[in-house]
Amino acid sequence: MVAVKLAVSDLTFGYDGKTTLDGVSLEIEKGDIVSLVGPNGAGKSTLIKCIDKILKPQKGTVYIDGKEAALMSSKDFSKMMGYVPQSTTEVFPYTVFDIVLMGRRPHIGWRVTGNDVKIVSRTLKFMGIEEFASRYFDELSGGEKQKIAMARALAQEPEVLLLDEPTSNLDIKHQLEVMNTVKRLVSERKISAVMAMHDLNLASRFSDSIVMLKDKKVFKVGDPKSILISENIERVYGVRAEVIKDSKGMPYIMPIEPV
Amino acid sequence: MSKDEAMSEDGVFDAEEVYARASWKKTLFTLILVVAVAALAIFAISMGAASLGMGESFRVVLAEFMPMEDVSSFAQVVVLQLRLPRILMAVITGISLGVAGAAMQGVLRNPLVSPYTLGLSSGAACGAAIAIVLGVGLLGTGRYIIAINAFFFSMLTMAIVYGISRIKGTSVETLILAGVAMGYLFSAVISLLKYVSGHEELREVVFWLMGGLYTARWENVIILIPTVLILTTILMRYSWDLNAMSAGEEVASSLGINVNRVRVTCLTLATILTASVIAFTGIIGFIGLVSPHVCRLLIGSDHRYLIPCSGLIGALLLLASDTACRTMISPTEIPVGIVTSFIGVPFFLYLLVRRKRRWWQ
Repeated sequence: MVAVKLAVSDLTFGYDGKTTLDGVSLEIEKGDIVSLVGPNGAGKSTLIKCIDKILKPQKGTVYIDGKEAALMSSKDFSKMMGYVPQSTTEVFPYTVFDIVLMGRRPHIGWRVTGNDVKIVSRTLKFMGIEEFASRYFDELSGGEKQKIAMARALAQEPEVLLLDEPTSNLDIKHQLEVMNTVKRLVSERKISAVMAMHDLNLASRFSDSIVMLKDKKVFKVGDPKSILISENIERVYGVRAEVIKDSKGMPYIMPIEPV
Repeated sequence: MSKDEAMSEDGVFDAEEVYARASWKKTLFTLILVVAVAALAIFAISMGAASLGMGESFRVVLAEFMPMEDVSSFAQVVVLQLRLPRILMAVITGISLGVAGAAMQGVLRNPLVSPYTLGLSSGAACGAAIAIVLGVGLLGTGRYIIAINAFFFSMLTMAIVYGISRIKGTSVETLILAGVAMGYLFSAVISLLKYVSGHEELREVVFWLMGGLYTARWENVIILIPTVLILTTILMRYSWDLNAMSAGEEVASSLGINVNRVRVTCLTLATILTASVIAFTGIIGFIGLVSPHVCRLLIGSDHRYLIPCSGLIGALLLLASDTACRTMISPTEIPVGIVTSFIGVPFFLYLLVRRKRRWWQ
């Protein structure tokens, strides 16, 4: 039996009379990595933000562990759900430790306990960035910043991790490092991860399940092998693509030309 | 801190140690500032046109608490009725402007924000000018008409600015621009009032606009001290929210923070804080803008330390400026706003240039 960790039911969101999500429903199982794919404007980021209650949907419900998210207090909810934005800018100077410590915000009052400091320290180690602890955030590279944003979300000790295009600004090495970390996290801590992804090949390699969005709606859901096929890619992206198998038998997409 | 220092015995880098040390440094810095403000205040008591030494000034203060001989009534009046309230006023005004500046910059994620840029000062000045030139007050008449008018106009400005930003979905940019625009509008009203006012009123308006602590009285200080301390304490309770908000609204919201509520609460508290002091002192610029920056350059941006330190730096700056302005060419005074800029700007520019970090881009 598999446990449904996160369920989205008939979610509709729009602003200024423009709909960006239209009746989206999906279920995410415990311990799964799920990628949301689709062209620009398909509603990937909006869906992530609606799940995390950053945006308030007009219609529909998000359930986490069977409980309705909208009815949970924002503090309790933020203990369950961690969010990693596409990119992070800090206007003011904070050290890496301070930034990751902010992830403890849902758990602490005013005073930081020894436990909070331990969790932050452990998270930095887990991410392999402990030597940055006293460095200032703005001195770091894009890939390092992305890891720190992930570390902050991890310090929340969430059960579901939401990532908004986590690899879009990174070089290939950092892309792989970030994706490997997500994979390691999900398997070690038994959490679930939902990612908005542009890179179909990374999605193919690292996801248990793929949700394909088209025109603000869910087009198809399934494992990478059944979803990432030429026909679907042509219909969703309007691109003719050749799909070959990589050494592990996972689909590898080579876009040929727009139709 | 060098990397090797934070290595524990087994050669593992210890982030907990790094954090403990950084926290200790910041606490120490706060304590040093408290001592510095106290020391400067003691020094300032003995400074002034009437030549009373530090010993005599001190005896006067002590005589209030224990029986003391040979304290002249002249010294008593000078120290207790003139210098002490003024020094306390400088400290409390500095704290208030520094704290408000830190909170406003934090909540709006913008290093250029201050009570001045958000139009609050112009609003207050406009209220004061209306009271001075037209003799019209929002609440009654009498000696507090100027202060009350200034306070309410300042609050009104914030309400208008926030209201405008609400129409456009509370974007920070709209709020700041609306503040700047309101500032210009109020300045125009002040110019108009100056243009139509008589000689005496014009003089008074000009003095109010330059700001100063020469009107400090015990009765004002007694009201302001608890007000400022309570508001500062409440704002400090929002430190974590302000820290999280500096990473952006989305991240803050995902950390369980009600961004809009925190924003309106902190802005309101900071506005009351600013309005209640500038109602008595007139416009004192620069402190609210620069104190948070000085602190960030020295100890970083964690609001748990930034808010109190910014207040203390503000107190230090304003007290130093005010002491200079009443002693440099005594018995004449230079308006404190001029001295604040003369002392504060070079100090700030020095820090700006000396520090190699460039985070304000």
